[in-house]
Amino acid sequence: MENPVIDLKGLTKCYGSLKAVDDLNLKIEKGEIFGLLGPNGAGKTTTILMMLGLTEPTSGNALVCGIDATTHPILVKRKVGYMPDSIGFYESMTALENLIYTGKLNGIPENEAHQRALDLMDLVGLDDSANKRTSVFSRGMKQRLGLAEVLIKRPEVIILDEPTLGIDPAGVKEFLSLIRQLSREQGLTVLLSSHHLHQVQMVCDRVGIFAAGKMQMEGNIHELSRTLFDEDSYSVSVTVREPLPACWEYSDELRNIRDVRELHITENLVRIACASDVTPDIVRFFVAKGLDVMGVHKKEFGLDEIYQKYFDNHLIENNTNEKSRSIFKRYFNKK
Amino acid sequence: MKSLAVFSKGTSIKSKPTAATAFRVMVDKEVADHIRSWRLILLLVLLVLTFLGALYVSLSNIRVAVSNTQDPDSTFLYLKLLTTTDGTMPTFHVFLNFLGPLLGIALGFDAINSEQNNGTLIRLMAQPIYRDNLILAKFASALILVGALFFTLVLLMIGAGLCITGVWIEPVEVLRIFTFAVLTVVYVGFWLSLSILFSIAFKQTATSALAAIGVWLFFTVFYQIVVNLVIGALVPRQAILTEADIVGYNEMVLNILRLAPSQLFSDATTTLLMPSVRSLGPMTMEQMAGAIPAPLPFTESLMVVWPQLSGLLAATFLCFAYSYYLFMRREIRS
Repeated sequence: MENPVIDLKGLTKCYGSLKAVDDLNLKIEKGEIFGLLGPNGAGKTTTILMMLGLTEPTSGNALVCGIDATTHPILVKRKVGYMPDSIGFYESMTALENLIYTGKLNGIPENEAHQRALDLMDLVGLDDSANKRTSVFSRGMKQRLGLAEVLIKRPEVIILDEPTLGIDPAGVKEFLSLIRQLSREQGLTVLLSSHHLHQVQMVCDRVGIFAAGKMQMEGNIHELSRTLFDEDSYSVSVTVREPLPACWEYSDELRNIRDVRELHITENLVRIACASDVTPDIVRFFVAKGLDVMGVHKKEFGLDEIYQKYFDNHLIENNTNEKSRSIFKRYFNKK
Repeated sequence: MKSLAVFSKGTSIKSKPTAATAFRVMVDKEVADHIRSWRLILLLVLLVLTFLGALYVSLSNIRVAVSNTQDPDSTFLYLKLLTTTDGTMPTFHVFLNFLGPLLGIALGFDAINSEQNNGTLIRLMAQPIYRDNLILAKFASALILVGALFFTLVLLMIGAGLCITGVWIEPVEVLRIFTFAVLTVVYVGFWLSLSILFSIAFKQTATSALAAIGVWLFFTVFYQIVVNLVIGALVPRQAILTEADIVGYNEMVLNILRLAPSQLFSDATTTLLMPSVRSLGPMTMEQMAGAIPAPLPFTESLMVVWPQLSGLLAATFLCFAYSYYLFMRREIRS
């Protein structure tokens, strides 16, 4: 990565004693779609605010398009479109007027802003609501209008904070494919934060898992799944007709198949964890043993599992352990 | 797949947005917002009714007032129009003393926090504009409206006077009346900047409105009572004081009262609209000796109210500077 569009160096933000963002380093290249994933309160929004110069970092730099966002926020804001998570519009104005206002604030002359606004409304599918007041807009419509507003200044980078919140499933698909199309065809760099894993998985080139102010890991989903589940990154479930006994006679034999790591038998469902894709071997094994295979389901680990596993392993356990311990203590002390 | 032609269509050369154009755009939008709002219409109705009432009372008493030869101001017909009353209703400038704050507070109390609550502030801040331009635009737009409003009223009054009485207006009267209008705008400007300050300091619009109204009530109702109480407790009995002491104490009480913006405003308007007022403090017999009760020239009256005017301006700027300080480094989240 020679010329990253977004370059965060040792970014830290403290609120009193709480470290919201802790020594964050991140590079995002031009034309990339990067997904910032994390639970609530992980510091995603704070990081985004620092990239726009809306919050001053306690230490470190945020360079966007090579410009320091803390010292030259205006220059950065000319190139970056930002859609906040809870988006609001001037309710006494129509959607079109809202867009034109933003356009004019970016120095676009009135008539061109008007034209662009109409085109963008068409693009995001709000063309028939252009002259409605935004006070009657639903959450999803506002979100679409927000995307149009971000695009009206023709940014080089767009930052979307929880962009799919409140949009219906069909809308989400359309929304994400639009983002992807924009990125591919116009070379836009996109940073989107979310905790909706599936959506991020659908659209992002790379993801970063962000928790407790730190980037826990980053890479594309394939890499992530390999680092986290080097033991068992595939899981095959086989359903047979007759329930199997708990200590099944062939289980050792099954374990001996190459790359099979673990075996779980619950009645007529056999779950097999394996390091490489050995589904054909497994099916062949079952058939050879004369069992009636009703269904085979192969599952590659997605973000959901990665996410779950990651937070299970690292954070949530620690927190809950501490919490439950302290609750126990209090409880017992009372007695 | 939809076409993304939107992105390449039109002129691709971005005209560099300057701070001045963005500021103008914001002021335009704020003025339009105010004009479309019910709030301004209500205030307008209130103010116009007051103005008409005051004008009616003064018009019906103008004959007596102007023919009173004892009064050195009786030749200034148009000033008399603004200051004459038969006691049934306060004059227009006295009304303004408490309607002005209401106007200022109503136009500014939700300037910033309503934007924040609606989630528009963060969207606005993500545009390439300077933060201070936003509060300046809020302030300027409301002030433009108030200015237009008062100049219209004053011009209407002059026009009505011309039609009804047929008396030629003196240039000095025009000057005095226009200065009065400017002064009123400054007075409203003070309350406006105070309420904008509260709108930045408090997250809830109700809280900021209450805080501003609280300050207003304190200064109009309680401040005088408190000052009188404290002074009454501290100042020795009159019997043992010399005349010079009494004058000194009086002066001190007046100066303390002048910390209230409404006192400054009423001092200033009285002097401007009644040219024979030559001092706002107590005067000794020695000072009065040899003085002919005659109206002061405009410049002299202006000199008398200069401290009041600069006091109001200073208070306005103080509030504005503090709101600037609060707003510039505030973290804006939705």
